[in-house]
Amino acid sequence: MIVTLAILIPMLGAALCVVAWGHIRTQHAIGIASALGLCAVATTLIYRTSVDGTQVVAMGGWATPYGIALVADRFSAIMVSLAAIVGLAVAIYSVGATARQRASYGHVPLVLAMIAAVCGAFLSGDLFNLYVWFELMLLSSFVLLTLGGERPQLEGAIKYVALNLFSSIVFLATTGVIYATVGTLNMAHLAERLDALDNPMLATSLGAPLLVAFGIKAAVFPFFFWLPASYHTPPPVVSALFAGLLTKVGVYSLIRATTLLFDQEQVYVGHAMLVVAALTMVTGVFGAVTQNDMRRILSFHIVSQIGYMLMGLGVALTLADTPGAEDAAALAMVGSVFYIMHHIVVKTNLFLIAGAVIRVRGTSDLKSLGGIVSTHPFLSILFLISSLSLAGIPILSGFWAKLVLVRAGLEAGAFWIVGVSLAVSLLTLFSMMKIWTRGFWGAAPEQAAPAGEQAGGLGLAMVYLPIVGLALITLAIGFGAPAIYDVAVAAAADLLDPEVYIRAVLPRAVGAIPEVVEGAS
Amino acid sequence: MMLLLAVSVGVLFATGTYMMMRRSLVKLVIGLALVGHAANLLIYTGARPLRGRPPLVETGESVPPAPFSDPLPAALVLTAIVIGFGIVSYTVVLVKRAYQDVGSDDLHDYTKTDCA
Repeated sequence: MIVTLAILIPMLGAALCVVAWGHIRTQHAIGIASALGLCAVATTLIYRTSVDGTQVVAMGGWATPYGIALVADRFSAIMVSLAAIVGLAVAIYSVGATARQRASYGHVPLVLAMIAAVCGAFLSGDLFNLYVWFELMLLSSFVLLTLGGERPQLEGAIKYVALNLFSSIVFLATTGVIYATVGTLNMAHLAERLDALDNPMLATSLGAPLLVAFGIKAAVFPFFFWLPASYHTPPPVVSALFAGLLTKVGVYSLIRATTLLFDQEQVYVGHAMLVVAALTMVTGVFGAVTQNDMRRILSFHIVSQIGYMLMGLGVALTLADTPGAEDAAALAMVGSVFYIMHHIVVKTNLFLIAGAVIRVRGTSDLKSLGGIVSTHPFLSILFLISSLSLAGIPILSGFWAKLVLVRAGLEAGAFWIVGVSLAVSLLTLFSMMKIWTRGFWGAAPEQAAPAGEQAGGLGLAMVYLPIVGLALITLAIGFGAPAIYDVAVAAAADLLDPEVYIRAVLPRAVGAIPEVVEGAS
Repeated sequence: MMLLLAVSVGVLFATGTYMMMRRSLVKLVIGLALVGHAANLLIYTGARPLRGRPPLVETGESVPPAPFSDPLPAALVLTAIVIGFGIVSYTVVLVKRAYQDVGSDDLHDYTKTDCA
């Protein structure tokens, strides 16, 4: 029941907003209320999954594997809570920072629909349903991206739409081929049947196009071009929402696919994943270094950070067949999960801060910024917390995430990827300090840039509230690292033992499941 | 029949991909639509549908008489067609708006968001 609520609440909120079309304040209130409701559900979900184990809901009462199942293990629960946090921050920030006209076009219901779809993707226990949630998420994001219809938005949207649609089609076609080969779409059942094929090469070939499709969504190395071309074009609050959640759905799917479904040749996949992770980190950070606009720099950093998440996954996969390396593999997986938790909070906040900068200065171009420290010291401190955390300065959240990853890499003997990640870390610090010295430090430019749209005190408070909240969460992850680490360990344990997931969805013993009708073959 | 379907899937994927590689935005939309159709047809073909063998259960029986066509892929395709229709309609409007703003159908003129 609680699993269903995670999707129902934002979906219902979106529907109510449509009913209240034209009443923008009501819509904002519904948005915040739904996000709060989702936070409550997510907290319950974390509690329930850690006490009672994996939660499974068979929709419509049809038993698995025939019906469509929603499954929440401890990893899903974490992802849903992160989505809830981002949703709440964005819902509050929208009140102060959404132009009236944009709000009247349905900004709030679209945000809620996207969050519902993201939660749906995190909870789906069925491959085809995952595709449907992906599409719902994409459609909401398409409209959010283009709402307002300014030229850069439209140009960015075309690149975004074309590449993401292509990935959806690859996903859909692969789903069809997988069904034709193994005759099921339920993910737990699929995991069993793919192993039962006893043909690792065939299973991996089925998985490969799926990894490409998820890779495009996650913006990994050869497929990331849509992200820096589009993320800086919509209003900052939309960028923040995208930056926090969209690519992470891709990463989530990559993790699920490689740990649960296509776990037949993990070592081989893991090595490929490590190469992709390294290239993603390096190209992302080099792209960021060459940019001069806050939001463009941050967009490229998303790409680079995705590399870190894949690094943990890759290291864990390469150790799958090594006896005695279970601890190192678990540590690497923990690193990935920890990194995702830290990244979603920090990245959303950095984009929100860029939005606040645009609000007070009218631009996020570093060439015409400067001296924010003297005019807005509080905002500068908030930026410093998040940016140093992103770079991985000790005791902030990013440091622990990177520490775990580096340690796992060293234990696994994957020294080259550790070296790459440390070098990329330095460059991240360099480009964060570039924003700091050029944008926040120094003297304000001679001719003061036209100030952005100024709103009343409540509007400004609504802009600062989520930024402060997310900065506090970053600090909490940093200072409370042991507690967060334990949560990540639990999630990683669920991920590394697919049996947990499979047995929760299909309680009957292997082989006792009646064949799905295959009369056609 | 299966051969014809299989060849159609291949031709649709090939032409769709070719169209998507062109610089023209309209061709991009056509390409996306064609590749979408190819995926739908692939799911349908992959399930090896049988002519005249619907999965209907006779009175007093609990399973349809074998061999019968698997109904699930048809349901999947139906869902995918609806989603695909929505997305292609959105893309058409997007391309029209972009054309009005930029005044060109050529992707090489869409350089505003490129990284300088």
